[in-house]
Amino acid sequence: METLHVLVVDDEPGIRSGIIRVLGRHTVGYPFMEEDFTFELHEAESGEKAIEILESTSIDIVLLDNKLPGISGIEVLEYIKEKNFDVSVMMITSYASLDLAVKAINNGAYNFVPKPFTPEELKGAIESIAKNLYLKRMTREMNREGREAKFQFLSVLSHELKSPLNAIEGYLRIMSDRQAGNNLEDYDAMIDRSMERIKGMRSLIMDLLDLTRIENGSKQRRIVKNDIIDIIRASVQMFEPMAEQRHIKMELISPDELYLLSDKDECSIIINNLISNAIKYNKDFGKVTCTVRKEKGKISISVSDTGVGMSEEEKALLFQDFVRIKNEKTRNIAGSGLGLSIVKKLVEMNEGNIEVESYPDKGTTFTVCFAE
Amino acid sequence: MKEKLNKTVLIADDDNDLLFQLKLNLENMGFDVMEAHGQKEAEGIMSENKPDLAIFDLIMENQDSGFVLAYKMKNKYPETPVIIATAVTAETGMVFGIETEADKNWIKADIYIEKNIRPDQLRREVFKLLKL
Repeated sequence: METLHVLVVDDEPGIRSGIIRVLGRHTVGYPFMEEDFTFELHEAESGEKAIEILESTSIDIVLLDNKLPGISGIEVLEYIKEKNFDVSVMMITSYASLDLAVKAINNGAYNFVPKPFTPEELKGAIESIAKNLYLKRMTREMNREGREAKFQFLSVLSHELKSPLNAIEGYLRIMSDRQAGNNLEDYDAMIDRSMERIKGMRSLIMDLLDLTRIENGSKQRRIVKNDIIDIIRASVQMFEPMAEQRHIKMELISPDELYLLSDKDECSIIINNLISNAIKYNKDFGKVTCTVRKEKGKISISVSDTGVGMSEEEKALLFQDFVRIKNEKTRNIAGSGLGLSIVKKLVEMNEGNIEVESYPDKGTTFTVCFAE
Repeated sequence: MKEKLNKTVLIADDDNDLLFQLKLNLENMGFDVMEAHGQKEAEGIMSENKPDLAIFDLIMENQDSGFVLAYKMKNKYPETPVIIATAVTAETGMVFGIETEADKNWIKADIYIEKNIRPDQLRREVFKLLKL
């Protein structure tokens, strides 16, 4: 349970003890919060004392009377604003003129409770201020995490872009030094690997463009009725040569046509990614099966392969940026590590969901579901 | 054939191409090479073999795989020099120094090299560490 520290600033001992009695046993909870708030009360009989406590204790909420013996409540408020303390202030005062209210709000007071007040009014006011405080802090936290995530993304990205360059540079150096002798054929494998790394880098850049367009929403979406089977056929055709090279059979099991309200480009990206993965992570002489079904108002598209499959731990990592399943079976497969994270984002944008079923050495099935 | 040095180098990198290149470079220098494609594999090799030198990639299965391997190596074979190869510094501006005593206490590598180091530079560093 989280505790909020409340400082009550009032020169009337009766008011202070009243507030402490009411709030000391009170808790506040909201459905969106993991834990309830409880309150720990501190008291000050003057503005000077309040400042002393604010300087030495971490206070979350101040209940502040304006009419105090020394410096006024407004002056305490100004001090809090000047020092940039992370506290929410609620003014409690009996002589609230409009002038004072404006001044207080300008100085960052959260709201006003006129004196005298009932315990219920006090509880209501403290609940709203606690909620506000919580949301303010959460927002700040989320902004900070967003920045960190962006930095993390960029540093991983530069690493991913640099690795293929290093590999290709290394091969070129070996070739230029003739490290494997003067026979050109002895360098064939290195040339192939260099080409493969260039291909991987290109696909990373393409994926990155997709991802950027999705994330900043700059891509114009055209939501119309698209024949999803048509899109899948085009994708199967596009990947046929890649599959043939490794003697992988491709099969489409579906109705002749099936319309889905969607953006055509987005559908293509989703399907292309799933099919190209199914080929890349397949075994030679394997099979890719694409099954499209319509049932109970849902359209489901499954892409199955007969490939290397994944363990449960590997499955858990799948949809994150730059995660690639690395093991001895996938070692030489090029990829950006962004494909599935793009797929997931797009599927969710279209209010669909994606599931994966996989067994090591047997194969993997990705299933995407959309409401019709 | 190249002159045999009768020294074994353990290398670990999760990038297959870089592993291959490093292996070729070291073999051309006359070393025997044991290769690992990741932290786990390297730990397995270490448990049964005592290399004369080790070169570890920093980021493999984990962000700190290289550090962990260096630590384990120094625990088992304190006299085996360890090199950590990294591309991290240039990208993130993160600098790992192993100049001060405090750093040496927890980072158990002898030197760092940039990942795209030239073969002749690598040779110089390796020979210096092995006092060849």
